[in-house]
Amino acid sequence: MVQQKIREKARELLTKKAVDLIIGFGEGTLPLRATPLFIRSHEEADRLIWNSFCENNLSTYLHKLSQFKVGLIVKGCDARSIIALSLEKRFKPDQLFLIGVPCQRMVDRRRVKKAVKGEILRAHEQGDQIIVEGEDFKTTLKRDDFLYPSCQDCIHRTPIKADVLVGNPVEESPLIETHPEVKEFEKKSSEERWRFFEKESSRCIRCYACREVCPMCYCAECFVDSSNPKWMEKGLSPQDLEFYHIVRAYHQTGRCSGCGACERACPMEIRLTYLTQKLNLDVKELFGFETGIDADVPPPLSTFEIDDRQEFIK
Amino acid sequence: MKLKLDKKDFKPFLQRLIDEYDLYGPVQLEEGVSVFKKIDQFEEIDLTHPNSQKPPKEIFFPQSEVMFRYEKVGKQNQIISLEEGKKERILFGARPCDIEAISIIEKVFVGEEYTDVYFLEKRKKTTIIGLGCNHPLSTCFCSSAGGDPFLRAGSDLFFIDLGEAYFVELLTEKGMVFHKNKFFKETDPKDLTFVKELEEKAFEKVGFSIPVDGIEKRLDLMGESSFWDRVHEKCIGCRICTYLCPTCHCFDMVDEGEHQRGQRVRNWDSCLSPLYSLETSGHNPRPTSRERTRQRLMHKFNYFPKNFNQVACVGCGRCILYCPVHFDIRKAIIWTSPKRPKRFEGGMI
Repeated sequence: MVQQKIREKARELLTKKAVDLIIGFGEGTLPLRATPLFIRSHEEADRLIWNSFCENNLSTYLHKLSQFKVGLIVKGCDARSIIALSLEKRFKPDQLFLIGVPCQRMVDRRRVKKAVKGEILRAHEQGDQIIVEGEDFKTTLKRDDFLYPSCQDCIHRTPIKADVLVGNPVEESPLIETHPEVKEFEKKSSEERWRFFEKESSRCIRCYACREVCPMCYCAECFVDSSNPKWMEKGLSPQDLEFYHIVRAYHQTGRCSGCGACERACPMEIRLTYLTQKLNLDVKELFGFETGIDADVPPPLSTFEIDDRQEFIK
Repeated sequence: MKLKLDKKDFKPFLQRLIDEYDLYGPVQLEEGVSVFKKIDQFEEIDLTHPNSQKPPKEIFFPQSEVMFRYEKVGKQNQIISLEEGKKERILFGARPCDIEAISIIEKVFVGEEYTDVYFLEKRKKTTIIGLGCNHPLSTCFCSSAGGDPFLRAGSDLFFIDLGEAYFVELLTEKGMVFHKNKFFKETDPKDLTFVKELEEKAFEKVGFSIPVDGIEKRLDLMGESSFWDRVHEKCIGCRICTYLCPTCHCFDMVDEGEHQRGQRVRNWDSCLSPLYSLETSGHNPRPTSRERTRQRLMHKFNYFPKNFNQVACVGCGRCILYCPVHFDIRKAIIWTSPKRPKRFEGGMI
């Protein structure tokens, strides 16, 4: 069982002091949730868990742990973030020990909650089903009907980069062809696209959770926080909210692994991955580049070739 | 005074309020995303969400608020104050925890030394209609934090959903204004029994399992405890818990515009952001999330009780529900205490 193997590996690494700490997932206090867990002693290894609720991209923690040797549990998308970050020289190569877990695709807790009436008090997985229980109901749901949008079209579930792989590599076929919301978005006219974007960003409360959970958002000073020069105001005017969301997304071009952490973090349920995933598809089409696949190829927007496409310069 | 409002009269009753007052109530912006905002049409009101994402504190203390405008005319600088709306306001459908939180913020904004006119103006003009919590969530711990799901304090009128009707209590002078409202009817004794049943059921559900009691004293001894070295680790430093907290009330003031004309605005701020405590020199007295997490918890459970004799947490559970890394404040509270309920065993945070 994957969970058992994660614990064994963690115990081994901590016992022989190969790492200072391991970041994995622990049991949440709420149903349908796991929580990032930092452990430093082999006695704590049994607190590590693995299930379809391990939704966080833990590589985001590396920025504040540069002085430690870290053992990190990574899914396919998380490992891609690690490759993207190492291209940007965010850590020393020997600073990490990656425990790769082929991912079963993560369950969208909010969609599960919306599928039932009443508060979910208990939930567990059984094969390809999720069983949720409340005070006066017990419902069985098909797991694959409740996946995060970013997980549905994922074709890199097995970590490309890992020091050890627990569990067997999975078959890399997407459940659906394209991210469901990207497909919808592409069908819209530019005016409709703008209205959709406007409506989504209007709910923003500027908590910056999307920025903080993103492993690629690590600027020492984010453009929204800069007061000299001041790029934008700090209130809730539509132009400021839209400016934040458009620049946040564009800053990810060629750098986003499509993990979906930003969208999962948003308390206002703003759709965010339709934008980043659309950019990912554009980058793939225009430059034949996918983030975090090849540790030797820098992202297209941070390099240049003499024969680069130039027809957009008029 | 105890009265009753039939559900069939609910629409005309509220419509009347919408016509005569500025009415604020819970609205779903998107399926499952609820906030309090001004209601223009009855249909906008949505009472199905158990606990709005954004608490109604923003009705009194908006996330972004223009304080005044300024303009340079010739050589003269002019300050233009903004007129607050004249209309009386009603906050409808707020939960007892959120109403308690408004009283907590009021202790800061309307104090002996300072009075925040922006808050006070809105507060004075507002009649609060509270709504009892028949179905508290499993994340609710209001009773442990000194409240309860049917706490009347702070409400001018209090509604309890009886299914076919609302049980209505007029509690204050502002509430008594409604005593002749044509939609209100007499209650009968069995309504009272039903209310009691609902209250008991909700109390039982919320329970008293979170040891908030005595936390101020415990934290007195924990300033440099190793507790802080671990409790902050998974915090990513976003502002969700502070912005969605009904009692958090920090703000930042900025001037928008240029020196010819512009406006002074105050925006919510969060102690979990490094920018909050960053000084002009570049020094930051709270340099890491360890210090910032400590500040958040200390302010709620140590400094605030020292100043105001009450913890700055009402147990609404929003920070637990919406934290992207699932930080559970109940666990942090429990870890300061030797008494730990069984379900929270199995390691720290």
